[in-house]
Amino acid sequence: MSDRIEIRFAGFGGQGIALMGRLVGEVISLHEKGKQSVMTQSYGPESRGGASSCDVVIDTQVIDYPKSTEFDYFVVMSEEAYHKYVPLLKKGGIMFVEENLVTLDDQAKKASKIFKLPATAIAESLGSRLYANIAMLGFVCANTDLFSEEAFIQVMKAKVRARFIEKNLTAFEKGKNHK
Amino acid sequence: MSDNKENTPMVNTGEYFTSGNLAVAEGSLAAGCKFFGGYPITPSSEVAEHMSIKLPQTKGHFVQFEDEIASIASILGASWGGWKSMTATSGPGYSLMLENIGLGIMTETPCVIVNVQRGGPSTGLPTLVGQQDIQQARWGSHGDYEIIALSPNSVQECFDLAITAFNLAEEYRVPVTILMDETIGHMSEKLIIPEKEKIKIVNRKKPTNEADGHLPYKADEDLIPPMAVAGEGYNVITTGLTHDERGYPALDADAQKILLTRLLDKIRKNKDKIIKLEEYMLDDSEFVIVSFGISSRAAKGAVNLARKKGLKVGYLRLITVWPFPDEQINQIAEKVKAIFITEINSGQVTREVKRAVEGKTEVHGLLKLGGAIHTPAEIVEEIERRTK
Amino acid sequence: MTEEEIGLIEAEEHPLDCYLRKGRIPHIWCPGCSLGSVATMIIEAIRETGIDPKNISVISGIGCTGRTAGYLNFDSFHTTHGRAIPFAIGLGLTDPNRKIIVISGDGDLASIGGNHLIHAARRNADITVICVNNFQYGMTGGQVGPTSYKGQVQTTAPYSNIEEPFNLPELIKACGATYVARWTALDVRRVKESFVEAINHKGFSFVEILGACPTTYGRRNQLREGIAILENFKERAVIEHGIDTEKVAIGKEGPIIVGRFVDIHDKPSLTDNLLSIQRMATASKGKGS
Repeated sequence: MSDRIEIRFAGFGGQGIALMGRLVGEVISLHEKGKQSVMTQSYGPESRGGASSCDVVIDTQVIDYPKSTEFDYFVVMSEEAYHKYVPLLKKGGIMFVEENLVTLDDQAKKASKIFKLPATAIAESLGSRLYANIAMLGFVCANTDLFSEEAFIQVMKAKVRARFIEKNLTAFEKGKNHK
Repeated sequence: MSDNKENTPMVNTGEYFTSGNLAVAEGSLAAGCKFFGGYPITPSSEVAEHMSIKLPQTKGHFVQFEDEIASIASILGASWGGWKSMTATSGPGYSLMLENIGLGIMTETPCVIVNVQRGGPSTGLPTLVGQQDIQQARWGSHGDYEIIALSPNSVQECFDLAITAFNLAEEYRVPVTILMDETIGHMSEKLIIPEKEKIKIVNRKKPTNEADGHLPYKADEDLIPPMAVAGEGYNVITTGLTHDERGYPALDADAQKILLTRLLDKIRKNKDKIIKLEEYMLDDSEFVIVSFGISSRAAKGAVNLARKKGLKVGYLRLITVWPFPDEQINQIAEKVKAIFITEINSGQVTREVKRAVEGKTEVHGLLKLGGAIHTPAEIVEEIERRTK
Repeated sequence: MTEEEIGLIEAEEHPLDCYLRKGRIPHIWCPGCSLGSVATMIIEAIRETGIDPKNISVISGIGCTGRTAGYLNFDSFHTTHGRAIPFAIGLGLTDPNRKIIVISGDGDLASIGGNHLIHAARRNADITVICVNNFQYGMTGGQVGPTSYKGQVQTTAPYSNIEEPFNLPELIKACGATYVARWTALDVRRVKESFVEAINHKGFSFVEILGACPTTYGRRNQLREGIAILENFKERAVIEHGIDTEKVAIGKEGPIIVGRFVDIHDKPSLTDNLLSIQRMATASKGKGS
């Protein structure tokens, strides 16, 4: 039996959406025993602005099809991305929302749970909105069984530039502790 | 001779979560590639970028040339200097390289060309997936020839097939193309780089006779001539003209027949050694999906989905796209009710399968024209619809 | 006559025979063509540099001049039309001790291969480029080319050429070449000296040789015999070392300025730069893991 889980991260360019997928993908692929992951991203010529999204597919078995078709988890950081992708949220799926950037409508009702985080505001309190993605991942980590905090921090320390690690750790912590 | 000739491979043993483009670059380094000549093009540029970081660390060289024509010419030159060499590009660049891929075939020059396919024709869909250069890889350069082309379907296989590609190039003295695609190039998954000792490396065979009277294009029984390179005292000679065993131009029908027959046969007669296929649930299958590259990931998902529905569907994946596995597909055709091909083009492999089955079974292309990959569900739907 | 000279006359082998591939002569070049002299001067120059022939590679493109590499008994490469230069760069970079000589025609190097020519000069690639300029495409039957002067008659310019020609020394200098010279094929001694300088030069060196093509250029332009073209060169040639290359364009009439125009020694070459990148990279190993 397949334990396939599909996650879509979406927002606008510059929010570090692809990095979210890469970090989560790596944590699961290299540090979560018995699990595999594939990360794909929709890739455009414009690297700033516009809609940005990426998928992480997780399974205990070999992952054949690498893209999401029906998300179990939808992590959404912009209004545009919400409207574009919410139709593909699985009934009973779980949403993580940047609450100041996304206004939910009736379509969100099919989610079994909706977690809301002011990720950008948290990031701005640390000096830059660039930390919003990591704050959101702290929030996801605290409210799901997708990946462990220890493994995530290990990967983040290896992938993020030394001078940004401190702030990112704080962002992760703040997201994690948000109620 | 400089110490650069050692061809020491750079093997970064370990586990990584990385993309197909980086994996193909790492595989090339592990195979002993020391020279990359390239030109930026989406969606392949990460291969060049990674090689520009790594090659100088191995005492190799990375040069970004003025265009793809220079890039392919430079890697032929580097190969004749004794270095394993490669380039990476996408459709438009591959089109520009084709004349000199022909020179590589004619002069029997080992080298590797990565084509990370995008949607075409022309500028097409630079950032989106395509598998439309399959026939171009086979027939794109002028004249008759046989070629080797491989098609990975995972990040791990990008690494593994890069090594295979260099090994085949060295063994058969032929340019080898790795037909990737945008999705494989950009997706990330686990890559395990084994220890150096566990990687099998093939190097071109060298002449053992004296330089005096050496015949550079006199083949051994395997139809492949040993290859001396520049600086070894053999006064090597190459020409794109039809030539004799001395490498001298021989512009007549007889010389053409002798040379061309050997160039064709050195691949054709070794097909069984070159062709690699993956089979899945073929034994009892009534229907078979033939696929390759990223399309095969959806195809395999479709097999699993179909089996759940009680449909006896199996799968054959072309790891080697060229030379084409005619015999294997012909044998499958005798046993099944229909063969389906999933590919992201207007039927380039479908055409080959139709030829190979010789009318023994039905053949249907399940085709997408570029920009998106199939989903397992739509493949199963199509199979159900066509087999009702 | 000295004994040595008598010996030379009586010998069965010419002293330069060993530099030509056995069985490749007679060559394909027409009577009156300059390419034989140019090939001889390349051999003489290589001999004079004293470089081990094992470390010499000769690369050509396509055309009459492009056949030169195939006659010479070094590592020799006959490539595709226009692509000798990038092939040569790739070959040269595999061994910094290898001397790389590209010999090809004006159509091959300056038209179809023009992009590679200018970028090789810009990079200061470690190659010597010998361009034999016969003002048109010879092998294909005398079509107009990028070095054809205005008013020249060729098979694809039957009413005379309407375009301006390249001033090759000026073009190559502007792109950053560190050695640029031009001679006529008549100046064999100076041609050889220039080849020696170019081969010994570190970085990109370019020598333009104005050659005679009686068959497809001369007979359409009132210079029917090879000797007539050379005489025309002789009448018009003026040596002006170091002159501003802006002033060396060639027209139907007027002086043909020859000489050593550029000779710079303090600019790092492509190989120098790549080797210094290797040193930087080995110091920071681990990057990109």
